[in-house]
Amino acid sequence: MNWDWSAIADFMPRFWDGVLITLQILVLGSLISFTLGLVWAIGFRAPTRFIRWPVHAVTEFIRTTPLLVQLFFLYFVLPEWGVQFSALTTGTIAIGLHYSTYTAQVYRAGIDAVPVGQWEAATALSLPAHRTWIAVILPQAIRRITPALGNYVIAMLKDTPLLAAIGVLEMLQQARLESAQTFQYTEPLTLIGIAFILIAYPASLLVRALERRLVR
Amino acid sequence: MSADTAPETTDTTSAKPLIRFENVTKRFGENTVLDNLCFSVQPGKHVTLIGPSGSGKTTILRLLMTLASPDEGTIEVNGRHLYPAQEKERREARKQIGMVFQQFNLFPNMTALRNITEAPVRVLGLSRDEAEARAKELLEMVGLGDRCDAKPTQLSGGQQQRVAIARALAMRPQVLLLDEVTSALDPELVAGVLDVLRDIAHSTDITMLCVTHEMNFARDISDEVLMFDAGRVIESGSPEKIFSDPEQERTREFLSAVL
Repeated sequence: MNWDWSAIADFMPRFWDGVLITLQILVLGSLISFTLGLVWAIGFRAPTRFIRWPVHAVTEFIRTTPLLVQLFFLYFVLPEWGVQFSALTTGTIAIGLHYSTYTAQVYRAGIDAVPVGQWEAATALSLPAHRTWIAVILPQAIRRITPALGNYVIAMLKDTPLLAAIGVLEMLQQARLESAQTFQYTEPLTLIGIAFILIAYPASLLVRALERRLVR
Repeated sequence: MSADTAPETTDTTSAKPLIRFENVTKRFGENTVLDNLCFSVQPGKHVTLIGPSGSGKTTILRLLMTLASPDEGTIEVNGRHLYPAQEKERREARKQIGMVFQQFNLFPNMTALRNITEAPVRVLGLSRDEAEARAKELLEMVGLGDRCDAKPTQLSGGQQQRVAIARALAMRPQVLLLDEVTSALDPELVAGVLDVLRDIAHSTDITMLCVTHEMNFARDISDEVLMFDAGRVIESGSPEKIFSDPEQERTREFLSAVL
């Protein structure tokens, strides 16, 4: 096996495009999953089962079907109903939605871990529901679950290559396109492997640092 | 104040009661915790509930704070229905009641001061300045004027409980519910908390309902003591009478066990 540095140099422009797309998916996907996951988690605790039940059904459905199937469905089936987005938008929404069903469980665990006395104190002070959530429950819950949420960011990063299946030009897809032209597979694939480590490792360090700071 | 399940019914003042329980029943599964309970509390009175654990004392406080709901019966505070009532009506009635918990239940993510100002600002609509000025007065009153910025974890149990008392009072409730407020404290911290409560009992006209095992404290501050057993008031009267000359054998047994 010959290692060809010039192949790396040739791959660079595509590689950087891929890195940017991957990071974009990761950041926006995380934001979607964090926000939507919280919405689901609050839905789990809704006072009426007319909210609780559908929220459980939807999140279980999404959580128990493969992300790849969801990607294909959103990208190929939805346009038949007149809903069409770019591959990147579709992919980002899909991965965010998929992971929101995991973060919802994390939020739920965090919320359940807040002592019942905190809810009771909020009731005793007549705090309205939104203040109870925003000022009392969530700050305590999120402290506890930040590390777990961070782990899902890393898991999501590792799932971004799935978006190549619908043609998103993230790192893996860029490497494949490069290789298809040059027939040099080793260098581009090695490089993106290293790039995943270089993104994931600092992220996991950050998670650990947060864990030390927040969970005491 | 009267307890119709008690053998003797004293003090039927004509003034309107502030708190009224009428035929209140509360069950947990098979277990009837409150059994067709009737009693009322006149404004400004300090009433202590005593009795063996499981006799329903704490349940009464929890019903008043709307942390639990009765299976049957009517509960009124200051002429407003707590049960049965629409959620909105209940919320309004609840604002007149404050509670101090056995486990303090301070918000650990907020400073002592913020614990006290949060509800007055958000619920009563006070400006932050007003709320903070009042909170500082209250912290001063409970002997923690210098600990405004401390987080609950930086305070001892006794200090936390005093902040919790200040927090309850900041809402200017008509009724203060005290649920075994010294039970979770190390013995040396109990006196500080009880002193603060004695002070409040003697210097304000707030109505107090108190569940406690501190019989000396109960004797000190109470106008009336209710002895509970198995979800009923079996005896009621002035602290002097209940503690020195109870009529019921069950009360005598209980007191000799705890005193």
